[in-house]
Amino acid sequence: MFLTLTTDQPPATDLGFLLHKHPQRAQSFTLASGTAHVFYPRADADECTAALLLEVDPVGLVRGRRDSAFALGQYVNDRPYAAGSLLAVALGAVFRTALKGRCDARPDLAARPIPLRVRIPALPCHGGPDLVARLFGPLGWRVAATPVPLDPVFPEWGAAPYLDVRLSGRALLSDALKQLYVLLPVLDNAKHYWVAEDEVAKLLRAGEGWLAGHPERELITARYLVHRRPYVASALARLAEADEVAADELDNSLADAVATDQAQPGALALARRQRVLAVLREAGARRVLDLGCGSGALLADLLAEPAVTEIVGVDVAARALAAAERRLRLDRMSERQRARISLRQSALTYLDPALAGYDAAVLMEVVEHVDPGRLPALERAVFHGARPGTVVVTTPNAEYNVRFPALGPNRLRHPDHRFEWTREQFRAWAGAVAERRGYRVRHLPVGQPDPEVGAPTQLAVFTRKDG
Amino acid sequence: MAELSIPDMSLVVLVGVSGSGKSTFAGRHFAPTQVLSSDFFRGLVADDVNDQSASAEAFDALHHVAGKRLAAGRITVVDATNVQREPRAALVRLARQHHVLPVAIVLDLPESVCLARTAARPDRDFGAHVIRRQRADLRRALKSLSKEGFRRVHVLRGQDEVDAASIVVEPLLNDRRAQTGPFDVIGDVHGCLAELVDLLAALGYVVERDERGRAVDAHHPLGRTVVFVGDLVDRGPDTPGVLRLAMGMVERGHALVVCGNHEQKLVKALRGRDVSTGHGLAESLGQLAGEPPEFRARVEEFCDQLVSHYVLDGGRLVVAHAGLPERYHGRASGRVRAFALFGDTTGETDEYGLPVRYPWATEYRGSATVLYGHTPTPEVEWVNNTLCLDTGCVFGGKLTALRYPEREVVSVPARRTWYEPVRPLLPTGPAAAPAPAAHPAPNSPDPTAAETDGAEPDGAEPDGAETDGGEPDGADRTPRGEPDLLMLADVAGRRTVLTEHHGRITVRADQAAAALEVMSRFAIDPRWLLYLPPTMAPTATSALAGLLEHPAEAFGDYQAAGVRRVVCQEKHMGSRAVVLVCRDSSAALARFGVEGHGAVHTRTGRAFFEPELTERLLTRVGEAVTSAGLWDELGTSWLLVDAELMPWSAKAGQLIRDQYARVGAAAAAVLPVAERELAAALARGVPVADLLDRVTRRAADAEAFRAAYRRYCWPTRGLDGVRIAPFQVLASQGSTHHHRPHTWHLAVAERLVAADPELFAPTRSLAVDTADADSVAAGVRWWEELTSAGGEGVVVKPEANLTRGGRGLVQPGVKVRGREYLRIVYGPDYTAPEHLSRLRQRSLGGKRSLALREYALGLEGLARAARGEPLWRVHECVFAVLALESEPVDPRL
Repeated sequence: MFLTLTTDQPPATDLGFLLHKHPQRAQSFTLASGTAHVFYPRADADECTAALLLEVDPVGLVRGRRDSAFALGQYVNDRPYAAGSLLAVALGAVFRTALKGRCDARPDLAARPIPLRVRIPALPCHGGPDLVARLFGPLGWRVAATPVPLDPVFPEWGAAPYLDVRLSGRALLSDALKQLYVLLPVLDNAKHYWVAEDEVAKLLRAGEGWLAGHPERELITARYLVHRRPYVASALARLAEADEVAADELDNSLADAVATDQAQPGALALARRQRVLAVLREAGARRVLDLGCGSGALLADLLAEPAVTEIVGVDVAARALAAAERRLRLDRMSERQRARISLRQSALTYLDPALAGYDAAVLMEVVEHVDPGRLPALERAVFHGARPGTVVVTTPNAEYNVRFPALGPNRLRHPDHRFEWTREQFRAWAGAVAERRGYRVRHLPVGQPDPEVGAPTQLAVFTRKDG
Repeated sequence: MAELSIPDMSLVVLVGVSGSGKSTFAGRHFAPTQVLSSDFFRGLVADDVNDQSASAEAFDALHHVAGKRLAAGRITVVDATNVQREPRAALVRLARQHHVLPVAIVLDLPESVCLARTAARPDRDFGAHVIRRQRADLRRALKSLSKEGFRRVHVLRGQDEVDAASIVVEPLLNDRRAQTGPFDVIGDVHGCLAELVDLLAALGYVVERDERGRAVDAHHPLGRTVVFVGDLVDRGPDTPGVLRLAMGMVERGHALVVCGNHEQKLVKALRGRDVSTGHGLAESLGQLAGEPPEFRARVEEFCDQLVSHYVLDGGRLVVAHAGLPERYHGRASGRVRAFALFGDTTGETDEYGLPVRYPWATEYRGSATVLYGHTPTPEVEWVNNTLCLDTGCVFGGKLTALRYPEREVVSVPARRTWYEPVRPLLPTGPAAAPAPAAHPAPNSPDPTAAETDGAEPDGAEPDGAETDGGEPDGADRTPRGEPDLLMLADVAGRRTVLTEHHGRITVRADQAAAALEVMSRFAIDPRWLLYLPPTMAPTATSALAGLLEHPAEAFGDYQAAGVRRVVCQEKHMGSRAVVLVCRDSSAALARFGVEGHGAVHTRTGRAFFEPELTERLLTRVGEAVTSAGLWDELGTSWLLVDAELMPWSAKAGQLIRDQYARVGAAAAAVLPVAERELAAALARGVPVADLLDRVTRRAADAEAFRAAYRRYCWPTRGLDGVRIAPFQVLASQGSTHHHRPHTWHLAVAERLVAADPELFAPTRSLAVDTADADSVAAGVRWWEELTSAGGEGVVVKPEANLTRGGRGLVQPGVKVRGREYLRIVYGPDYTAPEHLSRLRQRSLGGKRSLALREYALGLEGLARAARGEPLWRVHECVFAVLALESEPVDPRL
């Protein structure tokens, strides 16, 4: 992790005074993450360049941190090379006085904009070259950002998420340092960075004089202050590792869908829940299973239905159940309310006798998360094992996807969707299941139906023939 | 001396007033842990054995403990006065709930004796009126005890009888554990005498005939015993003839018969009860009318004393007409008998309004083999260690027997259709649409009918009332259908798996929770999933300069464990793949019940390729197995192979790009710039020489890191470019192969390579004698050559394969990875001395222990799969390996 600062305002070596670092010396500073070095590749009257190089100790960084020590990503990562949050921290520590704008030797210089060039050869950037321009451009910098190839041997792999960035312009040195201090972590937006409570004060100090008028200040503040949980390797992440896939490929039970309804975020989900509740009311269901309850949005609605006396939220993901427990505040619920609801880890590919004997089961946006080859097992578990009087199934209508401009062609609405059915495909599946298992089935639209491609979500109500 | 007989597993209720000597009696005849005394429980809940206000809580606790004991089949004695009807009734209910027989032993002692004893106890302060009231209760009890449901009532009058009494525990009538067979278990005969004689001949029995040529006995020269699953009678052409033969065999000890629902109904009809004569009873009655009254009487007595089920061969075999869940094995109650004769229903009805049969067999998890009949099916099919032997002979199917313990099925065809089924027998097979069994049940048999046999319940309580007593008909649809159903309880929560090679292995609940999510959301169909590869420990850490791993430690450790001959196998840098390939789709359907040719899956049970590509790959693998001649050589129609699938990038491509390539890209972008700037500073005389050296070295390390992962990446399109390096045959029909030396396994792999060199990659290997310095040196040299040419490293394994040492299992293999390859694992700069010295302090104990546990689980699952054990038994091992993989262990090992 490395950056250089250059000025060509004679006498350029005054940069040494401004930074409080002598141009003829190499200085080292011990930091928590490793050792920071400051040296000057050039220092003459015409041009002076200061370089900050942080030698990260990759072994030391993770030693003794048992909570997070067991993920391979902790050991082999880009931190020793990329100019992310660790470099920003080093910059703030090593140039603390300069960052505050103090320079007792050249006070007039510190108070005056000088021509500056900044080079960051490997800037991690989530958002592409355009974001760098959007962040630094309004501050008066000319921005040149060149993408770094992922691997020249495999050109088909494309670009890496790093940019070789050159900034040039006139600025107060302290402003330049403050801007780098804030914007490097904002661009990085990486997992290992999380902020403490006093970080708001730090941001206000470092943003003084430039952040308030920045057109992207909301993005900057949001990214800078976002509280990321420390990266704790879950049991699921370890299984992902055993299989050499990224942790979030398996541990995605709470992953967000691709934003489809940008105009009214959440409107379709709300319509879906309302329709499901209406169907349950109509069926007179009192004891209800929410199979695949996720973080419990429908469970909260069901709790608000006085006619529903018993609610069981079922999910296979322990993480989802924990989220539901938090959302519903089960630990603070009154005993009477608490007695109405329970959460259970179970899997619809196994037969679970505890799910038998309920009035209704809801599978809201669940079937499309099951591999087609495993649907017969789900069918058995739900329609043969649990065998409730009413089964409500909702699933995306694949035909409607063309009405979601945000969704690319042939893309699915969620990274974990194994398929999305057309109306005909869903009707065929539902009809066959009903026939095999002794249910009647009817179909309802959810959301505003489109004359051509139907409603965004499809819903099927199965009613057991023997009541 | 009076012997008081009590049935095994019974609940013994002592009855007697205070001071009648119940506790003394119990203490003399039973172990202290068998006796539950109300005084003791009052003490437990209230710190005072005489606190009558605590009685309700005390009895609650007593019943709870008694229930636990009865559930485990342990004789339990309740030491309380029990002179009142209500507490006795509660105990009778408890016994029935656990399907054991309640027995009463009454101590009827003179009032004076009881009064004197009570007065002599300083802790008893109740007056004589209490004793007198209890005596009055006792007198009433003596009149009603046998009507309350107690199967035996022993009354001891006076101290002399009490002193003279002794207790004898009798086995239940169903308890034939001492009979070890071998047996030939025969399905529903239904009056088909000719076919029965055919079948007995096919089984090797010699039939004896009387002077009129009628079959009256059959015996086997090797002393085998026939067990009939019931329903000898009705529908068929010669019910009397079948009964004559069966009764003769039973009388001479050549056969056992369990009661079928048709026998039970026949008894009622013969006794003149008003029963409907449908379902072939009319035929039986007509045929029996032609027999002399003595024969009819004999039939009535024979059928009446048939027991509901037998437990045979040390508890390993259970025969019951309609099958029996494990909790009913060896038990006696009205409900057990009702289940054994009629089966059970779920309480639901199907689309015809007919009761849905309870799928007890799909949920059966017992270790005893259960053989039964009752529901005709065209072909027999094992479901979780149970087998229905009714193949609809009377409906024109066949008559079937199972040789036990050989588990061979022997059938003879029906000579004709003797009785028209309402609907023809459906063809079965996993492909057939599963459907609940429907039972036209116009009449409801009474499962509570009185029995005469001593230890069978009299059904005083209508235990079986909720069963519909479904009468299976030829129209019956198979209840099997879905034998592959796995239960959540098979995997969830804290579980222990007993393994042959490493004892009990525990899976914690949190580990199971993680595995449940991955197995359920990402893994392939469990019927294809017989094995997940165990993790492998690396060799002990090397002390050699610049190295973390070196083969010397591996050789040394094996030598220390007493293993001289080891084999070094080239480690392919790909992705671990398990390949299950079937000879053809019909073999796959027959063995695994799934359409297709097998599966190719990862270490966590995920499919490598989409279905169409998998099928194409399996077709090629199958062709290679065919041309290598392995199907016939191994006598199998399926083969499970452990392999490495290459390139690494085929599966791990995303990970390589997102993690490894990024590190290389960032390093390559920044380090050369830093180097240039440092060189410029140095040229100016700034003292940065050391720093420049380090950065230069790191730049070289980063390039080496890129070179390391690049070796294992090449583009693939579909299957083009995909290669498989098999190195072990895991299992095939009836066999596992972990006792065969690795030389054999590699020779098999060679033959596959020869058959399809484009798809299969060879695995180079070298045998090393760990006690021979030259051989060890050659092994080291080979590792050096392989790894300096870019190879990942080698795996060192005991050549003999599965090896046990003085301290149990020896590691089945250790990996010795190359210096450059380890950059991918430990980071580009790990070879820097300051890093290496810290990295050497790695701890291998946890990884080694995990490797052995997963290895033993893998072998256990393979053995179960090879034996054809039920899916849940295989799956629990597979699942346990996945669960253990979620254990937090340093992923770099």
